[in-house]
Amino acid sequence: MNPLDSILGTIISGFVLTVILAFVAKAIGA
Amino acid sequence: MEYLIFFERWVHFMAGILWIGLLYYFNFVQVPAMATAAADKDGPGPAAIGKYIAPKALLWFRWAAVVTWIAGAGLLGPNLGKAFLLQTGFVNIGIGAWLGTIMLFNVWVLIWPNQKKVLGMVQASDEEKNKAKRVALLASRTNTMLSIPLLFFMAAQSHGVF
Repeated sequence: MNPLDSILGTIISGFVLTVILAFVAKAIGA
Repeated sequence: MEYLIFFERWVHFMAGILWIGLLYYFNFVQVPAMATAAADKDGPGPAAIGKYIAPKALLWFRWAAVVTWIAGAGLLGPNLGKAFLLQTGFVNIGIGAWLGTIMLFNVWVLIWPNQKKVLGMVQASDEEKNKAKRVALLASRTNTMLSIPLLFFMAAQSHGVF
C-alpha cells in the first residue's frame, strides 16, 4: 500500500523525510 | 533595497500560507469530505463542492504557488544560484528552495491539468478521469509530505538544523 493514500502515512513520511534531509544537510555542511 | 527584501519576505510568507493552507484544506478537508459525500446516498452529494468550491480554491492555490516562488526567488536575489547549488551558508534554504520548486512543478504540471479533467473543465473519458484523479491525489499528497521538510528547512536557515 502507498503511504500517501492515508493522511497519517503522508505526515509520517514527511517527518521521516525531514529527519533524513536534516542529516544530509548536516553532512554537507549546514 | 532593504525595503524590497522586507516586502518580498512578507509576500513570500503570506502567499506561502495561502498556498499551503489551501493544500492542507484539499488533503485534510475536501478530499475526505468528497468521499463521505459520495458515500452518503441520502445526502446532497459532492457535486456542489466540485462545482462551486474546488475551482475557486484551485484558483487561489495555483496562483499563490507562483507568487510564493517568485517572492522567494526575489528574496534570495543574487544568492539564488548558491542556494540551488547548496553552497556553504545556503544549504538549508537551498533544500527549501528545491522542495518548493518541486512542489510548484507538481501544482502546475500534475495537479492543475488533472484537476481540470476531474472537475469537467476539459473533456475527458471516465477512464481518463479516474487516472487523472489518482495522479492529482498522489501529487497533492506528495506536496503535503514535502511541505513538512520545506517548513523545517526554511526555519533552519535562520535557526539551525539541530
